[in-house]
Amino acid sequence: MSDPVPLTTDRPVQEASSTPPAPGRSRRLTDRGLAVAFISPALLLLLAMSVFPLLWALYLSFTDYSATRGGPANFIGFGNYTAILTSAQVHTRALTTLIYVCGAVGLQTVLGFGIAYLISRRTHGRGVLTTMFLVPMMLSPVVVGLFWRFMLDAQFGVINSMLGSLGLGQVEWLTRQRTALVSLIVVDTWQWTPFIMLIALAGLTAVPKYLYEAASIDRASEWFRFRTITLPLVWPLLLIAVLFRAIEAFRLFDLVYILTNGGPGVSTETLSFHVYKVAFLGFNTGTASAYGILMVLVVIVLTQLYLRYLNKLKED
Amino acid sequence: MAVSVDEAVSTGPARGHAPPARRFGGRGRSVLEVVLLTVLAVVMLFPVLWMIETSIKENRDVYAIPAEFFGFKVTMDHFKDVFVAPGGGRSALSVSFLNSAVVAGVSTVLATVLGVPAAWAYSRFSVKAKKDQLFFILSTRFMPPVVIVIPIFLMYRQAGLIDSKLGLILIYAAFNVPFTIWMMKGFVDEVPAEYEDAAMLDGYTRLQAFWKFTLPLLVPGIAATAVFALIFSWNEFVFAIFLTSSDDVRTAPPAIAGLIGGTTTDWGLVAAASVVFALPVLVFAYLVRKHLIAGVTLGAVRR
Repeated sequence: MSDPVPLTTDRPVQEASSTPPAPGRSRRLTDRGLAVAFISPALLLLLAMSVFPLLWALYLSFTDYSATRGGPANFIGFGNYTAILTSAQVHTRALTTLIYVCGAVGLQTVLGFGIAYLISRRTHGRGVLTTMFLVPMMLSPVVVGLFWRFMLDAQFGVINSMLGSLGLGQVEWLTRQRTALVSLIVVDTWQWTPFIMLIALAGLTAVPKYLYEAASIDRASEWFRFRTITLPLVWPLLLIAVLFRAIEAFRLFDLVYILTNGGPGVSTETLSFHVYKVAFLGFNTGTASAYGILMVLVVIVLTQLYLRYLNKLKED
Repeated sequence: MAVSVDEAVSTGPARGHAPPARRFGGRGRSVLEVVLLTVLAVVMLFPVLWMIETSIKENRDVYAIPAEFFGFKVTMDHFKDVFVAPGGGRSALSVSFLNSAVVAGVSTVLATVLGVPAAWAYSRFSVKAKKDQLFFILSTRFMPPVVIVIPIFLMYRQAGLIDSKLGLILIYAAFNVPFTIWMMKGFVDEVPAEYEDAAMLDGYTRLQAFWKFTLPLLVPGIAATAVFALIFSWNEFVFAIFLTSSDDVRTAPPAIAGLIGGTTTDWGLVAAASVVFALPVLVFAYLVRKHLIAGVTLGAVRR
């Protein structure tokens, strides 16, 4: 370690290492070999475990294959796709998913940003506060789902008990159509508000102080400062967080499975949950694959959006 | 609670240099903000506290109406039930915790061994269409697990990997490799490439330069990355529930979820199992709190 380090500050030597053409070329060749050797194992694993399954699903989506019936898979063209896209059942699930994603991500953004803003105005105890707020995010959705199911129980749940002692009526949180979806949104918001908060806080603390000082010399109002300094500077980062959460919320499965199991009726069945039902309870593997591919297309669009903004953020 | 008191006291002097005319309003607002933050913190932490409380309550207190917040008898029976089977010996839950540790541990090692060299190569060399490759790698991590699990299930059925730890390890490693590459690329970018150039001038090969000089500097980053991969695998549920079924393979998340299957649910046991399950995650997350933003955004956002 001690030997090579002084060399790094040695400008002429370093330039010399990159200028001579002959050794440079031979080195680059071995570099390429090394790069391939280092990258390909990881890519191979991804190809085998992510890309190949997706291609297989793509193939199955054009067939009437069923995992339980077995037998040969008959090619049926776009039959599965038209069946899904015209199905009223799927439309209902798409609407449920949309309400859920917009509701949960919207609430998280407002609350998360609000908490981050309040924390960023504190001068003391920021670390402790942040740590406390972050706990829900680190828990497994299984634990979160189970626990809220217990707390929201209509008979002995602590939420109804508290409502009772406040003199309010009991609510059947998870067993009524409307409240079940609201409960799902509330629980997801509880778990993921810290995520938005964490990223918003990073954005807020990165805003240079002198901007605020300059604004206060100009006697700018608080709202004006927020609108013209804080928001424009935090917005790009916040947008990344929102898109990230939207993708995650769109593909959510475990919380629904644990908290409501899609019920009551089909009121909390999201698209992910419906795919599971088609694939593992209905055993229509072909249809489920087509359904899954359509979901993947949505995710790819969202991911592209996310990556584009990420790229923009990195280049700034 | 202690924090809020602390805050209220400390904000006085901090706001002291505000213009005198607005001082009073400023303090009133500051108090309001502290109150608001306290209320929000209580709301956020209450479910966690309630879970811990439930895990140490006796059964009749667990189902008490109205709910008992204080003054219940403390018992450790539920925690005993998590680890010890009713007839003595190991409980199914404790076996599932062990399985979780094995699966999460091995898949993390695998993802690290594959991901760290790849991250280094992406950081140091001019790879063809590097940006596209990196974006492709990250986008595989965003695929809906419920969709991936259908073909994976068929694949595993062919390969005999259904209901095996190896199957879970492979899929978890594949899910953690994109994260490891993105997270580690950030850490490698922070180590000047000049160190390696200098070492190579001293006669080391590129590989030796990586091994001897860059890798030791990356150890803290590797540790943080591995901890996140460990947390992701430990918490994972979807693949676990579809790809495993028997008690000696099943990991903890589906095992804990399985506790509520029957007609009556022992919520005290569920709470105790959840506490045991969540505790290591919280400890680990606290250890890597410095890298939390990069970790939870899968290495995409760094501050």
